Amino acid sequence: MTAVYVIIGIAVLLIIWLVIIYNGLVRLRNQVKNAWSQIDVQLKRRHDLIPNLVNTVKGYAAHERETLEGVTNARNLAQAAIGSGVAAQAKAEGELSGFLSRLLAVSESYPDLKANQNFLALQEELSSTENRIAFSRQFYNDSVMGFNNKIHMLPSNIIAGMFRFKEGEFFEIETPAEREVPQVSFG
Amino acid sequence: MGEGKIIVWEQIRENRAKSMVLVAAMAGVLLVIGYFLGLAFFGSAIGGLVMALVIWGIMTAVAFFQGDNIFLAMSKAKKIERDDHPRLYNIVEEMKIASGLEHMPAIYIIDDPAMNAFATGRDPKRASVAVTSGLLQKLNRDELQGVIGHELAHIKNRDVLLMTLCGILLGTIVMISWYMMHMLFWGGTFGGRRSSGGGGGGHLIVLVIGLALMILAPIFARLIYFAISRKREYLADASSAQYTRYPEGLASALEKLGGSTVQLQSANQALAPMYITNPFRRKGMAASDLSSTHPPISERVRILRSMGGGASFADYDNAYAKVHKGGGSVIPASALASAGAVGLRAAEPEPSKLERTREVSDLMWRQNNYKTINCDCGTKLKVPPKFKRANVKCPHCGRIHSI
Repeated sequence: MTAVYVIIGIAVLLIIWLVIIYNGLVRLRNQVKNAWSQIDVQLKRRHDLIPNLVNTVKGYAAHERETLEGVTNARNLAQAAIGSGVAAQAKAEGELSGFLSRLLAVSESYPDLKANQNFLALQEELSSTENRIAFSRQFYNDSVMGFNNKIHMLPSNIIAGMFRFKEGEFFEIETPAEREVPQVSFG
Repeated sequence: MGEGKIIVWEQIRENRAKSMVLVAAMAGVLLVIGYFLGLAFFGSAIGGLVMALVIWGIMTAVAFFQGDNIFLAMSKAKKIERDDHPRLYNIVEEMKIASGLEHMPAIYIIDDPAMNAFATGRDPKRASVAVTSGLLQKLNRDELQGVIGHELAHIKNRDVLLMTLCGILLGTIVMISWYMMHMLFWGGTFGGRRSSGGGGGGHLIVLVIGLALMILAPIFARLIYFAISRKREYLADASSAQYTRYPEGLASALEKLGGSTVQLQSANQALAPMYITNPFRRKGMAASDLSSTHPPISERVRILRSMGGGASFADYDNAYAKVHKGGGSVIPASALASAGAVGLRAAEPEPSKLERTREVSDLMWRQNNYKTINCDCGTKLKVPPKFKRANVKCPHCGRIHSI
């Protein structure tokens, strides 16, 4: 009789342990999801800011047409990339970042523009948005790393395998400059 | 890149375990004091125990449910919205995102030229940060971000609740000891008369132990409290560096705070651990001072500046060991275990000091219900809330404005 109780006891403990690990995995997966939606919120904030910024700059630096168009196009491409996967979105956003920093660099040479109250407010919003994107990306990547570690490490990897938990994908922003580094082949 | 949630989770768990031990130790001190209080003065140990627990219970309940409101009211802090100071709001939201907090803390301003900031609120759902107008005016964006990162780290690491509960325990111990001391000197004879039927020698021993306790218990409780507080400060500095990826921001902010000689008017003793720097700081404090809620500013700056191109907990811990030549560690081992490298970011462009000053003074005028009228000659008229007339004349150009 005691043996039966011992076996039942072990089984119950095993189930409790399984449930705890499973719940931990679900919690981390939800955190990754939430962190991702936070990035989306901030990216949308950036997309919404750009038309306003372009219009303000246009009033003072109309002949920087090429840069302004570049920003607008990159913004439209980035908006179109929403929902097309982490890698594609990261690529489009990286490109937009490149154009934006070029626009801000160009605006340095227009003192009237730099003194404009509206532009100053926009600049604060833009730099805050860039920070928010960087910080939410930081938190997202940290969450993905935590989740992926759990999926690969004992003992949670057994349960992750049983319930088919999939690895999270890192959000790596490539800046255009980084991609322009020439490829060296030793063929 | 650090292992975000895991680190923070471990820390919170470790923090909870630590706070349990600490609260238990301080509660033990309180019970012993209550016990002797009852034995020495009421002739009943249980009576003293009950009295100590009731006082503590009431104070804790008040602090738990209304502590943040009381502190904010005592500090004369005023709540602001996004449009009142967009940059401050943005910075708080940036740090909220970086720390992974789910709720946006309420933001308060204290109209005081001293430079300080604090966080309050018993849990991350109900948290507030308050900064002085002096701080807002004198710090640039990166520095302010470092300070806000430090304050949100206090919220994220549950330091506010821990330090509030400990502060209340400490307060109760100090208060009861003080009353015991008074009763001993002014009413001690009553206790002696009551128990004169029993062995007078036994009572003397109780009195001596009680006297020793009255002197030692508050000191002991204070030392525990200060030690924990200083540890939490280091952890909040390390967290701020990790959130902002820019330890120099906080380092330079601390330097400015340390250089400021203005004392905060409305500082509160019980809230001292929640401020970014000790509001009751004395000049030239020794590095090993045990009677302070905060480590010396110069040391905190040196640690942040020795992080050597990284922003992770491990970098902070190494820097701490470097500054304290004997080594040592301030970050929980579990937090260090899986932390990888964390890179830095570049400095933000500095907003002009004049503009910051103007922004803050405009904000403070608005907070005091002054109405601002922009005159065409470039003058800003500030109309006090008690102004009764319908028109006001610009003192520079003589134009008439309706209110």
